[in-house]
Amino acid sequence: MIQQEQITTENIWSILNTVTDPEVPVLTILDLGIVRDVKVEERNVEIVITPTYSGCPAMDVISMNIRMTLLQQGISNISIKQILSPAWTTDWMTEAGKQKLKAYGIAPPQYKQAVCEPELFGKEEAIQCPLCNSYNTRLVSQFGSTACKALYQCNDCKEPFDYFKCH
Amino acid sequence: MKENLINYTTHLADNALIMGQRLGEWCGHGPILEQDIALSNIALDYVGQARNFYQYAAELIGGDATEDSLAYFRNDREYKNNLLVELPNGDWAQTILKEFFFSAYQFYLYQQLQTNTDERIAAIAEKSLKEVTYHLKWSSEWVIRLGDGTDESKKRMEKAIDELWMFTGELFEAAEYETDFVDLTSIKDKWNERVASVFEEATLAIPETKTWHQTGGKKGIHTEHLGYILAEMQVLPRTYPGATW
Repeated sequence: MIQQEQITTENIWSILNTVTDPEVPVLTILDLGIVRDVKVEERNVEIVITPTYSGCPAMDVISMNIRMTLLQQGISNISIKQILSPAWTTDWMTEAGKQKLKAYGIAPPQYKQAVCEPELFGKEEAIQCPLCNSYNTRLVSQFGSTACKALYQCNDCKEPFDYFKCH
Repeated sequence: MKENLINYTTHLADNALIMGQRLGEWCGHGPILEQDIALSNIALDYVGQARNFYQYAAELIGGDATEDSLAYFRNDREYKNNLLVELPNGDWAQTILKEFFFSAYQFYLYQQLQTNTDERIAAIAEKSLKEVTYHLKWSSEWVIRLGDGTDESKKRMEKAIDELWMFTGELFEAAEYETDFVDLTSIKDKWNERVASVFEEATLAIPETKTWHQTGGKKGIHTEHLGYILAEMQVLPRTYPGATW
């Protein structure tokens, strides 16, 4: 429990680092890069978040989890603001987040300049299999189990896996 | 001016919502699991874009207006979507072609709108453009795959072009409320270029551009198909207002 006089932006950030993504629970919302700003003014805390995708159904749950987590720490004057610009990019994901994703069996996003163009066929880059580390993999579908992932398969170990696609 | 902004924002929302609702009909019926999931993903992006635009429109309208009241409690004459998006899915070729025509349009539209002087529209466009980039890539590749595929897939693509082409002209014919925000002529040129290059690779012929085009959707004059989608989409909130899960 945090005393009201101890509320600082630093301890809000560290509390937020315990809130995880409901669909990829190994990632905290800071790993994902969706928390854009934290403002503390006396007892009022404002948190600015941005969605990964426009239709991401996890955003409401994430807002609720932020609220619940802060409430558990005794912080109750909370406002959560959603912004769209600048638009979220996988380049905001932390290196630690990328490592956690890989250990979880999801290939982490590459840097975005490589594939975020509407060029057709054959411009796919090699995605590393999170299980056997082979680059001999193929795209099964650009759209996977959630909006933020694509579906791949490893040609060597045959493991099907999710790729957290560049955005 | 404010009325134009409300109408334009609603028009953008209606296009996204009806596209999303239509594609959602494929959920559980796709030809293979991966493509079924692709369509559901794309539909979800559209519903998200629609929500962002409706929320803005509701704020501008004020009073009791909400994103839900705009989606569920307006009749077909109040909907401002293009005719193209309300057409039935048809077969796989028709669904793909419609998605291609529409995502190519949205791609160049959002590219232009992301620098709009209205900051809210610009932000939604900037966000949505990233999603539409994937839609355009996916649908372009499918147009090529089917057009340059088997005799059967080519025949179906040609039939789809016959059915849909006359609904593409409306995309670029500005409604009164649109002219303050967008220059459709430059979008039309880029769209034509894109369609030409994808059709060429797909070995498909581009129809005469001077043919008759159907219009009316942006002003609320729709095909008979819109009423059925709205009936299905709106029946629950209209029968049980305020219902929640």
